[in-house]
Amino acid sequence: MASNFSIKHQPGFTAIAATCFVVLYLPIIVLVAYAFNAANSTSEWGGFSMRWFQSAWQNVQVIDATLRSFQIGAVAAVLSTIFATMAALATTRTAPYPGLTFKYAAINQPLMVPEIVTGVALLIFFSRIKIFTGYSGLGYLIAAHTAFCIPFAYLPIRARLENMDLTLERAAADLYATPWKTFRRITLPLLWPGILAGLMLAFVISLDDVVITEFVKSGGQDTLPTYMLGQIRRGITPEINAISTAFLLLSVAIVTLFFFVSRKRD
Amino acid sequence: MATAEEVAKAAERRDVRDRWLLSAPALLVIFLAATGPLLIVLIYSFLTPGPYGDVKWQFSPDAWLSVFMERDIFDDTLSLAAAHVTIFWRSIKLAVVTTIATLALGFPTAYFMATRSEKTRDLWLFLITIPFWTNLLIRTFAVLQIIRNEGIINTILIKLGIVSAPVQILYTDTAILIGMAYVYLPLMVLPIYASMEKLDFRLVEAGYDLYATRFKVLRKIIFPLVKPGVIAGSILVFIPALGAYVTPSVLGGGKNMMLSNLIELQFGQGRNWPLGSALSITVMIIVMVALLAYVRNAGKSGVRHG
Repeated sequence: MASNFSIKHQPGFTAIAATCFVVLYLPIIVLVAYAFNAANSTSEWGGFSMRWFQSAWQNVQVIDATLRSFQIGAVAAVLSTIFATMAALATTRTAPYPGLTFKYAAINQPLMVPEIVTGVALLIFFSRIKIFTGYSGLGYLIAAHTAFCIPFAYLPIRARLENMDLTLERAAADLYATPWKTFRRITLPLLWPGILAGLMLAFVISLDDVVITEFVKSGGQDTLPTYMLGQIRRGITPEINAISTAFLLLSVAIVTLFFFVSRKRD
Repeated sequence: MATAEEVAKAAERRDVRDRWLLSAPALLVIFLAATGPLLIVLIYSFLTPGPYGDVKWQFSPDAWLSVFMERDIFDDTLSLAAAHVTIFWRSIKLAVVTTIATLALGFPTAYFMATRSEKTRDLWLFLITIPFWTNLLIRTFAVLQIIRNEGIINTILIKLGIVSAPVQILYTDTAILIGMAYVYLPLMVLPIYASMEKLDFRLVEAGYDLYATRFKVLRKIIFPLVKPGVIAGSILVFIPALGAYVTPSVLGGGKNMMLSNLIELQFGQGRNWPLGSALSITVMIIVMVALLAYVRNAGKSGVRHG
């Protein structure tokens, strides 16, 4: 057999993989490039300019929607991470007990249902509550976002917990630490990277949501993605490219951070 | 006096109770703002539509009948609702073709990633993760700019003289298909890669030692071993593709409806909430069937090696 026979080679696979990576990034690169277009439309190149970033920055609706997205994302991410951490502590490092399987299924349930179905269900449910209570604030969106962020926040936290054994906690208990003190001084510091990863995931998931928000929001409660969807349906200007570029930059920054936090081994 | 056994039992009971209390907030939020409302959708699907949307609290099987049937307004006979059947067929067809297309592209990509050196593997994984976490709407919008009449594809085709007028891709089923394959590709690659990373290449080597061809090794050794990843990826692509809302809204241009657009219509201009509910439950049933098939298959294909 020839010495350069590679057992890992499969004909054509590298070419397909290369095509995939190019195809995945090319549209995004074009989108970003046209954000810097001086022309009025996205069909011609009119030279380099930052005017669309300026125009987006001065667009009250864009700023308004962005702030609302951040507000919902921050509250939903914090709440879902706290709840997910508690749930992860309750479902790991234990012998199987009655209801454990049910909890796994219940926590992951939002991942199993198509978003459109959840959106419709919440539209019906919340519209009843709105009539009943007269409240129509951001609470509905925050509740919906918290619910679908929980399974995402839960994933890295649970993974982290499963790699932590109970030795240190037992040692702390032997030294007369109270359960709360053990949690504060031992469990929490060790779990922190998982919690941070869960928090970032939940925030990105909340920021990205279109479908459920579109169905749950009341009038004047556009988030950045639903605002953009409305604009794209109406016809596109390079301003959408500029907003997308800023949005992309933020997502990439968070994902990069997440990647390093969750990959860090100690 | 309590025996040691009783003390241990009581401690265990307390532990289980504490664990329920600890998971209560997460379970409660999910029940209130995700799972519970699905039951209301089921109830609504058996009610009568209200004149301005919402429902009248009066039992009616009409919504379920009109999922696939329509009543003739003159002689009250039922016939197959051609429009709905077309949309169901289109949605399932597009979801299946998307799954196959992403598999055909994603499998070699995952293989390529898994066969890189330990160090560069993380970089490739990172490159797949970025689009995975990038806003789906933005990625769909990026596809829109590429395939529209003034987009880069048509500009190149015209410049090269292959076509004289732009090819209309946008607002067709092909556009939806391209868009869905593009946005869901990372969902296919990641689980296959996770399986592929654990693949023991000594088995591949053994195959070659026994004079297997490259194709035979791929078909008889690699594919069976990474099958759980392939099935997981297919499910992860099929479910969101079937219920896709953003991609058909943006690239289908309202003319080429998919199930989600049909459902949305019932809650908007259609003012038929029971029908919208019945359609939603139907989508859920299709998804459940796919998931059940997955669970049964995943149980069977647990090939052990090593």
